[in-house]
Amino acid sequence: MSILKNGMKLLMNRSAQNALGNKCLHTPSSLDAAKAVSIKSPIARAFASGEQNEDKFSNLPVERITCTLIPGDGVYPELMNSVQTVLKAIGAPIDFETILFSEVQHSSSAKVEDVIKSINRNRICLMGALMSPDVSYSGELQNLHMKLRKGLDLYSNVVHVVSWPGVASRHKNIDMVIIRELTEGEYSALEHESVDGVVECLKIVTASKSQRIAKFAFDYAIRNNRERVTCVHKANIMKLGDGLFLKSCSDIKRLYPGVNFEAMIVDNCTMQMVSNPQQFDILVMPNLYGNIIDNLAAGLVGGAGVVASSSFSPECAVFEPGARHVFQTAVGKNIANPTAMLMCASKMLRHVNLQHYSESIRNAIREVLAAGKVRTRDLGGSSSTHEFTDAVIKAIV
Amino acid sequence: MAHRIFHKINNVTQYLARSYGVDARKVTLIPGDGIGPEISAAVQKIFEAAKTPIEWDVVDVTPVKAPDGTMKIPSKAIESVNTNKIGLKGPLMTPVGKGHRSLNLALRKEFNLYANVRPCRSLEGYPTLYENVDVVTIRENTEGEYSGIEHEIVEGVVQSIKLITEEASTRVAEFAFKYAVENKRSKVTAVHKANIMRMSDGLFLRCCRMASSKYPQIKFEEKYLDTVCLTMVQDPSHYDVLVMPNLYGDILSDMCAGLVGGLGLTPSGNIGSNGALFESVHGTAPDIAGKDLANPTALLLSAVMMLRHMELNSQADIIQKACFETIKEGKYRTGDLGGKAKCSEFTDEICRKVQESS
Repeated sequence: MSILKNGMKLLMNRSAQNALGNKCLHTPSSLDAAKAVSIKSPIARAFASGEQNEDKFSNLPVERITCTLIPGDGVYPELMNSVQTVLKAIGAPIDFETILFSEVQHSSSAKVEDVIKSINRNRICLMGALMSPDVSYSGELQNLHMKLRKGLDLYSNVVHVVSWPGVASRHKNIDMVIIRELTEGEYSALEHESVDGVVECLKIVTASKSQRIAKFAFDYAIRNNRERVTCVHKANIMKLGDGLFLKSCSDIKRLYPGVNFEAMIVDNCTMQMVSNPQQFDILVMPNLYGNIIDNLAAGLVGGAGVVASSSFSPECAVFEPGARHVFQTAVGKNIANPTAMLMCASKMLRHVNLQHYSESIRNAIREVLAAGKVRTRDLGGSSSTHEFTDAVIKAIV
Repeated sequence: MAHRIFHKINNVTQYLARSYGVDARKVTLIPGDGIGPEISAAVQKIFEAAKTPIEWDVVDVTPVKAPDGTMKIPSKAIESVNTNKIGLKGPLMTPVGKGHRSLNLALRKEFNLYANVRPCRSLEGYPTLYENVDVVTIRENTEGEYSGIEHEIVEGVVQSIKLITEEASTRVAEFAFKYAVENKRSKVTAVHKANIMRMSDGLFLRCCRMASSKYPQIKFEEKYLDTVCLTMVQDPSHYDVLVMPNLYGDILSDMCAGLVGGLGLTPSGNIGSNGALFESVHGTAPDIAGKDLANPTALLLSAVMMLRHMELNSQADIIQKACFETIKEGKYRTGDLGGKAKCSEFTDEICRKVQESS
């Protein structure tokens, strides 16, 4: 009974629910601007329905959508530049509210509260990877990224890992979705030194948050016609903590008789992942395992440069790379791969019901990668970030 | 039959003891369940062929009823490992009761097994998607996420404690560098998540840095766990020896085993302050048990690790070479490697090669 009640409560998560569907139907309480675009603007409507429109890049006035943009550290400001260039070239009705947010450049960084305010106002955010040093300048245990996630209640991270045509990798035909809990587990930042040389770090697992992410995963499965949800855990060792997560998942499973459910121990999962990754459909897991599996899976399909992710709170959506590495050694060299960030932008456009723009970016990337003529260094080519960006724009226009 | 083999081994070891001027060392052998006895016999046979100065002390660890009514490991087994200080263990059945788990626990306590070493190496002649994998994972084995300290604070809220101590971290870090030197490795990578767990993983990292300062000849680097996962599946040749806390080690060691073809091919050793235990970490494979179909490679390579640990390097090299060559030639491969050979044929071929080269 309590599960059902919880399930009902979870159904109220509007934005997150919207994000789950292929078609993004905004409820009246959702983003007003997006609603305005989807209803009022003929051009946007034409795009949304995928009609061919000769004037699609003309300068008709449209209702514009504001999106918070956090450039991130390392190569990400350059990649954000790419994204903005592409969106400008195709005339997507998006305005960016750029906020510098960085732990390593703390003197010029905006405050967490201001960033949270902006994202909550705009309901969408495009974010680069943030660098988290091992020691914070203020001596805090929580890093900025964790603060932001907690402040926004950004509880679910979705990484769709899929093999791209034209990207050389050992494994083919991978198509899996990794859903990760983002707000608790090992990322609690509750640590202390009991006596000299003895540190304890708390991992927190709660039934309510475990059920919430499990519900999210099963909803995702239903809305995207997927068949199987795998819960990744280590309940054989952490009997209470991971045990609770596993139990929450199997409890929620009872509400979804149409979706298959299985459990897999995390070490076995990583072994399966490198030998037979095609077996996976949807994976749901606690925070730290999510970090591990996300990166592992990204490695299988071409690396950090090609995998995007989206994170959802009940109210807003943040789009960031699936494997977050700042690639410090490439800063200013114009060599990083903008694919992941462009895919983030494509996901963001779909989220605000601008399907046509979203699809045209995705198809263009696919086309450029498949052709294989313009390739950045991480994929074995020698093209620059700019060349890749230009190729994508050319493929669209 | 078994008696005859032991008799033979005894003779051989006595002969060796004379010729090398050292005493044959006693090693506790726990054959295990399922395919365990077959693959243990295979290892014994190969060791005999290589004339290793080792005397096996075979013990049974099936739990027996103690006077107080609880199921316990026979005290003979515990005594044996206590005196010998070194053991080789086949796969044990997943515990239904509590017997076997407490065996692992008992051995870990008895030996104070603090480090788990798992070398993963691509086998020539058995191609997987990854080539030239040659990494060693060294995992802290006594604390971290597996401290076993957990409680439910209120209903639906569980707190698990990850415990990191300077003592245990320093111990495993120094072992990693020592291992690197002894095994002619050039680099040690500390795998951590200190950007998230700033104090606990931070402490582990500091201990690794301290240890590295004592070994200037070994290159040292620090990498985030997620970075290692990502690069490992793209290009495993980036890494050499990896040292890390318990959970990360558990995950990465299995992942690396996956790169080279699974747990049936990777050895494992547990190093402690009072002894060492080498084992195969695969399952008991009850479906093929007793049919002479099992692949003894993992246990054999674990035994080779044991020889190295006992500084019997020349025999270790001979056996390892024979094993790799047999797999490479592909004539006598067992079913799991896509061949048709029986366990005994595979074993005999290795013995033949061993005798040839010694």
